[in-house]
Amino acid sequence: MSTWHECVQRSGSLPEWPYPIDYDKENEVVTDVMVIGGGVAGLQAAVNAARMGVKVAVLERGHAKRSGAGGAGVDHWHGAVTNPCSKVTPEMYTNACYESMRGWTGGHVRYIITRESWDTLLECEKMGVQIRDVRDEFKRAEFRDDRTKLMFAYDYRSRHVIRVWGYNIKVKLYEEAKRLGVNIFNRMMPTSLLTSGGKQGRRVIGATAVNTRTGEFYVFRSKATVIATGGAGRLFDFSPEVTSSSSMGNMNSSGAGEALGWKAGAELVCMEGSGPGRLSGYAYAPYSMANAHNTYHGTPIVDAEGKEVPWVDAFNRPIKDQPGRFLPSEGQNFILGEGIGISRYLEQFRNNDLTHDLPERIRRGEFKLPLYADLTRLTEAERRCIFGMMVGNEGKTRVPIYDTMTKAGFDPDKDLFQAPVTLPEGYAHSNFWSTGVNTPPTIRSLGGGGFLVDWDLKTNLEGLYIGAGGNLFGGGCHGESHTTGRYAGRHAAAYSRSAPEPVADAKQIKKEKESAYHATQQSKKGNGWKEINAAIARIMRDYCGQYKNEQTLNLGLRLLGELKSTELASAYASNPHELGRLLECHSIITVGELVMKASLQRKASNSILNFQRLDFPAVDPPEWNKLLPIRQEDNKVKIRELQLDFHLKAPYVSSYEENYQKHCMK
Amino acid sequence: MSEKTFMVPNPPTPNKAVEFNPDICIGCNLCVDVCPTDVMMPNPEKKMQPIVLYPEECWFCGGCVEECPRPGAITMLHPTQQRISVNWKRKDTGELYRLGMMNPPPPNTRPPSG
Repeated sequence: MSTWHECVQRSGSLPEWPYPIDYDKENEVVTDVMVIGGGVAGLQAAVNAARMGVKVAVLERGHAKRSGAGGAGVDHWHGAVTNPCSKVTPEMYTNACYESMRGWTGGHVRYIITRESWDTLLECEKMGVQIRDVRDEFKRAEFRDDRTKLMFAYDYRSRHVIRVWGYNIKVKLYEEAKRLGVNIFNRMMPTSLLTSGGKQGRRVIGATAVNTRTGEFYVFRSKATVIATGGAGRLFDFSPEVTSSSSMGNMNSSGAGEALGWKAGAELVCMEGSGPGRLSGYAYAPYSMANAHNTYHGTPIVDAEGKEVPWVDAFNRPIKDQPGRFLPSEGQNFILGEGIGISRYLEQFRNNDLTHDLPERIRRGEFKLPLYADLTRLTEAERRCIFGMMVGNEGKTRVPIYDTMTKAGFDPDKDLFQAPVTLPEGYAHSNFWSTGVNTPPTIRSLGGGGFLVDWDLKTNLEGLYIGAGGNLFGGGCHGESHTTGRYAGRHAAAYSRSAPEPVADAKQIKKEKESAYHATQQSKKGNGWKEINAAIARIMRDYCGQYKNEQTLNLGLRLLGELKSTELASAYASNPHELGRLLECHSIITVGELVMKASLQRKASNSILNFQRLDFPAVDPPEWNKLLPIRQEDNKVKIRELQLDFHLKAPYVSSYEENYQKHCMK
Repeated sequence: MSEKTFMVPNPPTPNKAVEFNPDICIGCNLCVDVCPTDVMMPNPEKKMQPIVLYPEECWFCGGCVEECPRPGAITMLHPTQQRISVNWKRKDTGELYRLGMMNPPPPNTRPPSG
């Protein structure tokens, strides 16, 4: 017996909720540093704050041992430019990202990441994560440095992306956090940030949350706060029956951190940016099918008759041999690598790839479907490294792919691994398993925008710091989350040492508590959370899709408001789990409103933000080449203008290195 | 047929996400404790395997399987629409295989690197 259906049909009765429910119980937790979000960023923040001797509490939506987008593992670590083999400097790397994005990414955040990425990885190694080929399994391989036993990805000459055995990285971080006495509260859905006097824009002094097993209410009082939450994956689409298994972000991705910050008066930027929802889950089990992207970079792709698809370099010149797929070409200093949170690459930093005219050549009949990955054409070291080292350690690949497939008999030494059969244009991107072409074109995903922070990774609100990948302007993916979390944790701890005691506003707590339990007191006739989530996603797709104008955005805002005051206000939660998911719907709506409000402010189309205003069709007019940080004051939108290179302008100095030294607290 | 027929909602999609082997599972609920999205609930009967209540919220990360102290007690099952898609072909013989096939080839017992 495994499922609820089996259970009720065998017993003939409904099982009762297994946890004691006490919606009225109020728990108070007092701490120096509170971290919201216990993923890799949050636990790094917690561990590094705890090492400074302060008291730390973590609020985690799931269970911190394995939760978060990074909780399922990692196989390569970006931006480790200070490792002893690297030929790339922090300035080179930061400038490459910044110039590729034409300035539309937080250069200071990128610089902090590249300065500390390698140090962060070394700390993970001390916690028990394998980052070197200690068993000499890949001795003398092209991608290995035999002195340090480090192994590299993408660019074997520049050596700044490190292959790691990170399937257990979250477990190791969790054990370290526990060892240091970090107080972890699992199954917590945060509902608000507490601020001084309960006012927007004032110092952040804690949070309220609901336990989604017991329904108990929690009031956290903290001297400093770090937001380390993930993205808002359920904003534009909600079809978990189809998409959950193939997404790299899980059901808990409700944009909770951004919603909390926005409501408290924190400043965010570039929230109007979005892109096609290529990774929204209309796909195949991640890494389960032939492709030649990131983890599978360099994999030979052949057609149904065994004819190999050619590779080209960043300038579209043919690459003659296999080793060339892993080296920069003429005109390139180094290759940046894939999966670092930037949406465009200048040619001089772009990766080698399968030929870009593959869709056309498939249409012409030159390559016959289905395509296959033929790992047998690689050297033994390269093959074992892709399927066995990378597949086996990357997120969602140890049990779901490596164990499952080898148990089913798959042998990379003997077998051709089939690619999805899809439209010819589906082969334009070498990440075939994610089949972006299968995603309905109306589905967008947020990208690049997030909290605006200073060189301390502090927001405009006193006491509020950000450590994260997805919701930090300038953040990236897995390694970037660790590194920013670590840096934010240090700064939050330092601030907490001299910060005054937090005094919570009783009125704010009372108001938050009432609103948190509203759905438990509604009629059982009320809507459930899935119905609400699907409606939010519909409004976002229709009124805040790829093409927007003043009217559609205002109509969209109106409908989100309608939904809030009607269907959501009367929605019913029959147990704490449903209550948690409904509270997430409140977060998602809040993020939706934020995105629409930010979109209304930019009265120009923008190619980097992939932002198209039908009423302002001119793309990238120079007068709009500026950031528009947005926040709320007395629940009214406040906008200011900021130069793209603000991080190198007064009050900061013009050099990355000097700013970093002044702020890094080392 | 002696079993009663009940009014129940349609089986969810995916049906299961994970499956328990009651002969191996000891009902320790470690998988329930660590699941990031709270897919499973403890069984009302002590020492019995958990109940999969919210399979559509499963992320298919496999953390529950890694956490399990009793190998074989819990198996992650990709949704059928994903399983049917994972196909491979033996290069020498042209034989076709897929994940979940009736008579699978012998397992490849090579462990992952590390």
